[in-house]
Amino acid sequence: MTDSTPHSSSIPASGPAVGQDEWVARHAARRLMPVGPLRTVEERLRIVPWWAWLVLFIAAMSLLPVVESSGYVRRVGFDTVLYMLLALGLNVVVGWGGLLDLGYVAFYGVGAYAYALLDSDKFGVHLPTLVAVPVVVVIGAVVGFLLGLPSRRLTGDYLAIVTLFFLQLFQTVMTNGDSAFGHNLTGGPNGILRIDPLHLFGHDLTVQHQGVFAVSYFYVALGFFAVVFVALRFVNSSRTGRAWRSLREDPLAAEAMGMPVNWLKLMSFSFGAAVAALTGTLFAALNASVFPLTFYFVLLITVYTMVILGGSGSQPGVVAGALIISPLLEMLRDPGKSRIIFFAVLIGGVGLAARRSRTLGVAAAATIAFGFAVHELARAIDASWVSGEKAGGFAGAVDHWVVHPAQLASWIPPVSYIGLIAATLLVTTLHGRLRLVALVPTLYLSAFVWENVMLAKPEPARYIVLGLILIALMILRPNGLLGERRVEIV
Amino acid sequence: MALLELQGVSLAFGGLKVVHDLDLQVEEREIVSVIGPNGAGKTTLFNLITGIYRPQAGDIMLDGASIVGLEPHQISRRGISRTFQTLRLFLNMSVKENVMAAAYGHTRAGIFRSMLRTPGMRREEREIEALAHERLAFFGERLMGYRWDQPAFSLSYANRRRLEIARATATNPRILLLDEPAAGMNPAETHEITELIAKLREDGGYTILVIEHDMHVVEGISDRVVALDHGIKIAEGSFESVATNEKVVEAYLGLNTAATK
Ligand SMILES: Nc1ncnc2c1ncn2[C@@H]1O[C@H](COP(=O)(O)OP(=O)(O)OP(=O)(O)O)[C@@H](O)[C@H]1O
Ligand SMILES: [Mg+2]
Repeated sequence: MTDSTPHSSSIPASGPAVGQDEWVARHAARRLMPVGPLRTVEERLRIVPWWAWLVLFIAAMSLLPVVESSGYVRRVGFDTVLYMLLALGLNVVVGWGGLLDLGYVAFYGVGAYAYALLDSDKFGVHLPTLVAVPVVVVIGAVVGFLLGLPSRRLTGDYLAIVTLFFLQLFQTVMTNGDSAFGHNLTGGPNGILRIDPLHLFGHDLTVQHQGVFAVSYFYVALGFFAVVFVALRFVNSSRTGRAWRSLREDPLAAEAMGMPVNWLKLMSFSFGAAVAALTGTLFAALNASVFPLTFYFVLLITVYTMVILGGSGSQPGVVAGALIISPLLEMLRDPGKSRIIFFAVLIGGVGLAARRSRTLGVAAAATIAFGFAVHELARAIDASWVSGEKAGGFAGAVDHWVVHPAQLASWIPPVSYIGLIAATLLVTTLHGRLRLVALVPTLYLSAFVWENVMLAKPEPARYIVLGLILIALMILRPNGLLGERRVEIV
Repeated sequence: MALLELQGVSLAFGGLKVVHDLDLQVEEREIVSVIGPNGAGKTTLFNLITGIYRPQAGDIMLDGASIVGLEPHQISRRGISRTFQTLRLFLNMSVKENVMAAAYGHTRAGIFRSMLRTPGMRREEREIEALAHERLAFFGERLMGYRWDQPAFSLSYANRRRLEIARATATNPRILLLDEPAAGMNPAETHEITELIAKLREDGGYTILVIEHDMHVVEGISDRVVALDHGIKIAEGSFESVATNEKVVEAYLGLNTAATK
C-alpha cells in the first residue's frame, strides 16, 4: 500500500544517481559556449565589467558625427538612439514583466503629445526643458499606471487585446481631438506644429545648424540613453527586477512567495510607459511637429522586432536589435541596397537551414543553372520577357538570371506571389530528394517575385525583408542575438 | 492557542466537494503529515491556507487572526510559505535568484533607491545574497558552487524539489507547507529528505505541514498524521493509529469510494 505512489514508479530502476543533473548542467554550459579559440576569447571578454562595455559603446556611438558629416546619416543615428530607448522601455514590460503590451507605442505618442502641448505655440505654453521633461515622464508613468489598472487582472491574450485597444483609442482621440467639446486640443490629423526645440537656461538647442542636422540632439539622446540604460540595469538587479522576472516566469508562484503580482505588473507597465514618454519628448522636440499616425502599428511592429531579434529580456540584446534594425530599415528604402540585402538573406537563410546537409552545394548549383536555363528559354520564346531595365554590378548579374519582363501582365504579381507561398509550404512538407527538387524552383520563384513585384513597391518590401531576416535569425538563434537560453515548458 | 487553525473549512468546485467541513489545528513547531489517496483534496487544502483559493465556508486563523480573504502575497508575509507539488520554479532565472526573489516580502528597497544604488539598498542586497547562500547551503553541496549561477531549468528533478524548499524558506516563514517533497526522488534521496525535514525544524524553528505519499517518510517525520479522503478528515493522530485505522486502509484500497459521497 505505502509504495504505490505514481511518482516513485517514475524513477528509473537503474537510478540516475548523481550523474544526471551533473550532465544536464554541463550540457547546457557546453551548448552556450562556442568551441575552439572563440571560447577563450569569450571567456576573457567576460571579465570586462558591463559598465566598461557601456562606456566603450557610448564612446563609439559618439564618434558617429565625427566620422560622418552627412546630415542624413546623423539623422539616422539620432533615430537609432530613439529606437534604442524605445526598445529598452519595451524590454521592461515584455522582456522582464512578461506582459504582452501591444499599446506600447501609444505611450511614446503620449510623451510626444504631452511635450507638444507643454512646449509649443498651440496653447502658448513654453515650459523650460528641465521642467517639461520630468513632467512628461510623470505623465507617461501615470497613463501607463492607469492603463495597467483595468489590465492588472488580465494576462496573456486578454492583456494583448486590451492594450491594442488602447493604442486604437489613442489614435482615435488624437485624430478627433481637434473638435473635443468644441475645442481643438490635439490638432486632429494635422497634428501639432511649431513645437519648441529643447531649451536649457534660455538657450535653444537648434535642430538645424546651417541647414544641416545639428549633432547636439544626437548627444542629448545618447545621454538619455546612458542614463536610462544604467537606471534600468540597476532596477533589474534589485528586488524589483527579480520580482518582475519571477512574475514573467510564474505569476502564481511569485504571488505565493510574497510578491504582489498586481502591483508589480502596474509598476512594469508604468516604467515602460515612462521610458517611451521620455523618448517621445526627444522625438517631438526634434521634429517640431507630431501627427497621430506616427504612433501606430508599423512602429509597434518595428520596436517589437528589435526586442525579439535582439533577445527579449537582455538589455544589450535589445539595444543591438535597435542598432541593427534601424539602419537596416533605412538601407532598405534604397532598391539597390535592399536587393543586396534580400539576396544575402535568401542565401544565408538557405545556408542556415541546410547547415548540416551535404546537398546544399547541389541545391545552390541547381538553382543557378535553373535560373540561366529559364532565362535563356524565356528569351528564345519572347525577348520582351527579359527586357526589363538593366543595370550594372550586382543588379546586372541578377538581371541575367531572373526573368524580368518590361511589361508585367496584371495577373502575374498575385499569381506568382501566391505560387511562392504555396511552393514554400510544399517545400517544408517534403523530405529528402523531393525537397531538393522542389527547393530549386521555389528559390527561383522567390527571386522572381522579389525582382518583379517587391521592388516595385519598396514600402511593403522593406518589411517583408525584415520578416525574412527575423525568420532566418530565429532558426539560428531562437532567443535572439544576445538573449539568454530560454525554456518555455519543461 | 494553536498557531494555525482551520474551522469548518469547505470548498466545492461546481458540485464536487473537494474539502468539506474540515477542522485542523497545528501547534507551533509541530510536524503534521497530511495523507490521503489521489484527489483527496490535500493540495487544495494547501491552496486554501495560502490564499490561492478562498473557502466557501469556515475560517482559517493564523495566530488567532483570520487570514481568509487576504491575497496570497499577504499571507506569505504573515509567515506561511509553501512548495508546489507540480514544481513552479522560476526556470529561466538562476538558482541563486530563485531564492533571492523570495526575499521580496521582508525587504524594503524601493525602485528609486534601487536605481540610485543607495548604500542602504546595497547593504540590503548583500543581506539578501547572504540569505540565499545560507538557504542553499542547507542542502550541502548540491545547490552550491557553479550551480548558483546556472538557470533553474538545468537542475535535475530532485534538485528542483530542493530548490523549491530553499525558495520557500527564503520568505522567512513560520509555517512551511511542503507538497510531496519526496516525489520523484530515489530511495537514498527520499531518506535524505526525511532527515532534512526534521533538520528544517531544528534549524529554522518552522512549523511544518507535509503532504506525502511515501509512508516511510510519513512515519519518519510526523508528530501527527491527518488522513483525508474526498475532502473529509477520516482519521487523525499518531502514525501508528492512523496507518492502522480501518477507514484509512479502506480509502487507500479503494473499497470505500462508493460509500462516501
Ligand atoms: N481548480 C479546480 N477546479 C476543479 N476541480 C479541481 C480544482 N482543483 C482541484 N480539483 C479537484 O479537486 C480534487 C482534489 O484535488 P487535489 O489536487 O487537492 O488532490 P490531492 O489530494 O492533492 O491529490 P494528489 O495526491 O493526486 O496530489 C480532485 O478531484 C481535483 O480534480
Ligand atoms: Mg496534490
